[in-house]
Amino acid sequence: MATRMRFRKWYTMGQTLTRAAQWTSVSEGGRGRLEFSPVNEALINSTIKYVEGFSSKHPAETAIVFKSPLQWKTTLEPSTFGSGYEISDDSVTSKAKDKNDQPLLTLRKLGELNYDIKVYCFNQLSNVLKIAGDMKMREARSILEANPDPTAKMLGDGFATIEGEDNSTLRLLEQTKKESGDEGDELESKLRLLLLIQQFDMQLMNQSLKHISQEVRLTPQQINSEVALLKRYCGADSGSVLEKISFTTDYVFDNGCRAPPWRQVHGDICCLNILPLDGEELSVTANTAGVYINKGIEGESNDQSYERVGDIYKDLVALLKTKSPKFAEIIESKEFELKEDQKEEHFEASDDEIDGDMTERGFEEKKEDKKTEKISKQTTKRKKCATVARTNATLNWKNEEMNRQSREKKDKDKKERSEKRLSRQTIDRKQKTPALLEDEFYSDSSSESEEEEDTPDRRQEQNSDLPSEYWQIQKLVKYLKGGNQTATIIALCAMRDFNLGQETCQLAIRDVGGLEVLINLLETGEIKCMIGSLKILKEISKNTQIRKAIADLGGLQTMVDILKSSSKDLKCLAAETIANVAKFRRARRTVRQHGGIKKLVSLLDCAPLGSMPMTDEFEKDVEVARCGALALWSCSKSTRNKLAIRKAGGIPLLARLLKSPHEDMLIPVVGSLQECASEASYRLAIRTEGMIEDLVKNLNTENQELQMHCASAIFKCAEEKETRDLVRFYGGLDPLVVLLNNSDNKELLAAATGAIWKCAMSSENVERFQELKAIEMLVALLNDQPEEVLVNVVGALGECAAQEPSNRSVIRKTNGIPSLVNLLTGTNQALLVNVTKAVGACATEQDNMGIIDRLDGVRLLWSLLKNQNPEVQASAAWAICPCIENAKDAGEMVRSFVGGLELIVSLLKSDNKEVLASVCAAIANIAKDEENLAVITDHGVVPMLAKLASTTDDRLRQHLADAIARCCMWGNNRVAFGENGAVAPLVRYLKSPDSTVHRATADALFQLSRDPDNCITMHESGVVKLLVGMVGSDDQELQVAAAGCIRNIRRLALANEKARYSKT
Amino acid sequence: MISVRHRQQVQQQDAELLLRMKQTHFSEDECKALVNKFKFMTKDNKVARQDKLDRSQFHEVLQSTFKMTDDMIMDRLMRAFDKDSDSCVNLSEWIIGLSVFLRGSEEEQVKFCFEVYDLNGDGFISKEEMFHLLKNSLVKQPNEEDPDEGVRELVDISIKKMDIDRDGRISLQDFQAAVKEESLLLEAFGQCLPAPELAIAFVEKAFSVPDHRGRYNQLY
Repeated sequence: MATRMRFRKWYTMGQTLTRAAQWTSVSEGGRGRLEFSPVNEALINSTIKYVEGFSSKHPAETAIVFKSPLQWKTTLEPSTFGSGYEISDDSVTSKAKDKNDQPLLTLRKLGELNYDIKVYCFNQLSNVLKIAGDMKMREARSILEANPDPTAKMLGDGFATIEGEDNSTLRLLEQTKKESGDEGDELESKLRLLLLIQQFDMQLMNQSLKHISQEVRLTPQQINSEVALLKRYCGADSGSVLEKISFTTDYVFDNGCRAPPWRQVHGDICCLNILPLDGEELSVTANTAGVYINKGIEGESNDQSYERVGDIYKDLVALLKTKSPKFAEIIESKEFELKEDQKEEHFEASDDEIDGDMTERGFEEKKEDKKTEKISKQTTKRKKCATVARTNATLNWKNEEMNRQSREKKDKDKKERSEKRLSRQTIDRKQKTPALLEDEFYSDSSSESEEEEDTPDRRQEQNSDLPSEYWQIQKLVKYLKGGNQTATIIALCAMRDFNLGQETCQLAIRDVGGLEVLINLLETGEIKCMIGSLKILKEISKNTQIRKAIADLGGLQTMVDILKSSSKDLKCLAAETIANVAKFRRARRTVRQHGGIKKLVSLLDCAPLGSMPMTDEFEKDVEVARCGALALWSCSKSTRNKLAIRKAGGIPLLARLLKSPHEDMLIPVVGSLQECASEASYRLAIRTEGMIEDLVKNLNTENQELQMHCASAIFKCAEEKETRDLVRFYGGLDPLVVLLNNSDNKELLAAATGAIWKCAMSSENVERFQELKAIEMLVALLNDQPEEVLVNVVGALGECAAQEPSNRSVIRKTNGIPSLVNLLTGTNQALLVNVTKAVGACATEQDNMGIIDRLDGVRLLWSLLKNQNPEVQASAAWAICPCIENAKDAGEMVRSFVGGLELIVSLLKSDNKEVLASVCAAIANIAKDEENLAVITDHGVVPMLAKLASTTDDRLRQHLADAIARCCMWGNNRVAFGENGAVAPLVRYLKSPDSTVHRATADALFQLSRDPDNCITMHESGVVKLLVGMVGSDDQELQVAAAGCIRNIRRLALANEKARYSKT
Repeated sequence: MISVRHRQQVQQQDAELLLRMKQTHFSEDECKALVNKFKFMTKDNKVARQDKLDRSQFHEVLQSTFKMTDDMIMDRLMRAFDKDSDSCVNLSEWIIGLSVFLRGSEEEQVKFCFEVYDLNGDGFISKEEMFHLLKNSLVKQPNEEDPDEGVRELVDISIKKMDIDRDGRISLQDFQAAVKEESLLLEAFGQCLPAPELAIAFVEKAFSVPDHRGRYNQLY
């Protein structure tokens, strides 16, 4: 599309309308023009009518003088103006004047048929339109284009259209109150004017809404509901409209789309195969822009071709109507008249749903800043319009179908529920702005994804063949409902004989209403019934759909209450069931909000193991603690729950349970700990409570799951140096390396390599790893591993190579470099960050560099500068530095990258400090080659560096000063730096506490001081005193540079004096 | 002379009782309190029935303190307590019965429950007995054709679940095995054991019974 919908301020009249007008893109520069579209035409028409009628309807308001005139270029000739105007050759002024004797209309000639016109009141405005006659349309359009926000002009800037709430009326009202007399009267009529305008705005909005709603883009939900609707009318019988309709793929992505990702980029939602009653099978693509026929599966290759054939339609029904005459015929005959009331009911419901959800989400995502919220709300609003329109289009049809089927309550419920789900999904999706996504990523350390919340609800079709279990379970549930305690228990026991791990049974229990009864039983207080019920719930809650259903029925609240029961059996079962249910976020939140975390933590409180003989009683206590830990493990996947566990005093209790010798106990305890270790406070506690020792001890167990959790806990905790030292102290490095042999269990491998990576951040640990020959083992793991493992392996290698030079040659000798360079072509961002780091570390050795160069590694690194992720950019730029330093003929190599230098210079526009620092460092290296320096100078490196000079970040300062020093070597760059104001800020760097900054700065100043103007600037900035201090430094390089700079300044002064003396 | 013989008899009884008490799950103090309570409950009885709880008194205890309502089960409990089948519960039967009833080990309680459910005392719980025990356990649906169909279904379910040797009736061995497998089945055919908190409350309440200054106190 050449033009886009633009939501911009237009025409005072406010919020809504503003967004309705369609503007051509203004990003190309210049003023926006109103797009030539039916919507805009309608808008302008109504505006003209309104303005023309204004003076007769509201005589008082028409006379109000605008704050500033509406000004635009007109094609009206002076001669066309009639009486009431003073007309000369190239100008027109109105006879009507304001208080200050200023004419209310002026027209000036700019050129041939080109006049500039200013209008001060509505009266004149309507006159102009009358005069314009046939040209009205054109005139009105140019008025609106030239004055995108007329209210601001009429009433002052205070009334400009603001996105968000509009207080202008209130403001004006207040002003009216404050001032009295003549001025007050004037303001009063102004107020009236404003109100009139707003009223008109509403009118326009309503009118244009219809247009807008038709043009909104399709969403996966719409497609899904439409397909679902059509599916009901598929088949060979007389009532059907289609033979068959189906999605080409069953897999649904998180965003609701079914099209493969590379097609989603183009806006594709899904592909459909539709077989109409007449004609051939159609292969249809649903795109956000509409639906169209695609080329379908081509020939023998079985490949789907996505190319569009023919027109785009706004929905499937529209498409099918044109493609299949029979479809059109049947559909037409099916149309019933709309039932107003039903429609309204439907919308209200969905409205409530959205609002309710919004507030709930708002509560949940407090971090989200207001701005995004507002935007998302607006989009919601917009989308809502879309839904309205869309349902409008197909609703009559739905009604018909409702009439046809007997309206069973159950059926209705089902529909409502799916609707509810749908709207929630939409909201979810809308909320997921990129920033938010990141947020979620970090806030939920959960190793499990949340996707299960979106798993499709597979309900048993009424008519399909039901397994015999279904009927038996239905009977048992009947006894549960209508039996006394004894019958209930027999029924519960019988129910347990079914294979509750099987999905048919699980869903059967739900579908016959068994869940409600089971949860109800939990509130009876009959311990035996509660135990029986929980035993079943515990089993079936392993199913994701059952989990959701239990949470929906309020089962979590009841179970949390049971946690304080006096029966230990009950407590255990309730905790275990909570552990199963709390696998998704909403459930975890419910547990927390009902005080479940505190109660679960208190379950952990059993006497220290070994402190008393193992009696039955005590064994039960331990079992309770185990179940508590299990539930906390599930709950600890939410950040707030982690906090709540800590607040409830869970950490010391977990630390105590960590001493347990039983794996059953250790797994949930370590699991919770590793989950929580994403929080700094936990990491500190794990260290200070002495848990590292136990974690290390448990690395040696036989149980792989336990080993995995321990390694993963160490992985997260070893961010801190003290922890790394402790791991070494307790001998944890050896078992970690041993775990590397375990290449079958990828999860374990990922955790172990992660722990090694983090531990390798301490050089003492690297030494130990060397002794254990860990580097060789890690290099061996570089091939054929899943990404989670690779990220950690490469990270570990990078750390080892960076800290201990001899490791670099080990990596080379074990043939690790080709694998590393190969990984540079990957797409995983975390992996790329680590790989670039590792390659950079290896490149510091000449021999390694030779291999990297041969494999074209530098080019790969360079291409990563184009990556979207600033972290990848930065670490690629860092890696480039040693490459240039150590490559043979580096200058030639760099030049060979087409567009490479331009790319790296352009990165100086980044706003990420790390990227800037790394790019400066790279530029400092590039500038060593004179020819390259000339090229980057041409690309404008000097002013860009100068612009950064005002930074206060020491790391950036150091590399920036380096880069400046190097870049001074070419042409008149020195002078250019001075002209761009880089010198004075540089002097301030000398006050930084960082000595590396001093050295680089002194060097830069020395280079710059060869230009006399710079010397003067430096001197004025008080550089001499600072430099004199530096001359006394221990650092020789710094001494030399400082002294050199002082010499240059001094020389200038001497020359100056000499010149003065020679004059006199 | 009579009084001497009576005294000797009583002393012998006391000695026996003391021996029995040692075998219960109660501590001495608890025994004392329970004996005291028994005396308190029977203090107004006629001479002939002195020191014995009759059916109505026994029912009264079960109803008021253990919230039991099913007359049939209560009669069966009475029979289980009443070892000498004289339709009354004497002191020693009271203490021993309560020991199992309130604190019995799993094995004891399984036996106890089985006795309760085995209506005719032939060592088996037959289908008819089950039907009898369960016949009131379902709410009768007015529109159902055969109101007993549900009960028969329940009996079938129970047989299927508990009749391990498949002889169409439940023996003690069957019952023990089934309960071992699923402890909830202990009271499969009606509540015949007290809820744990009521059991605890009962013993505690026995302590608060006004001290009956009888010779039993001198036992200790």
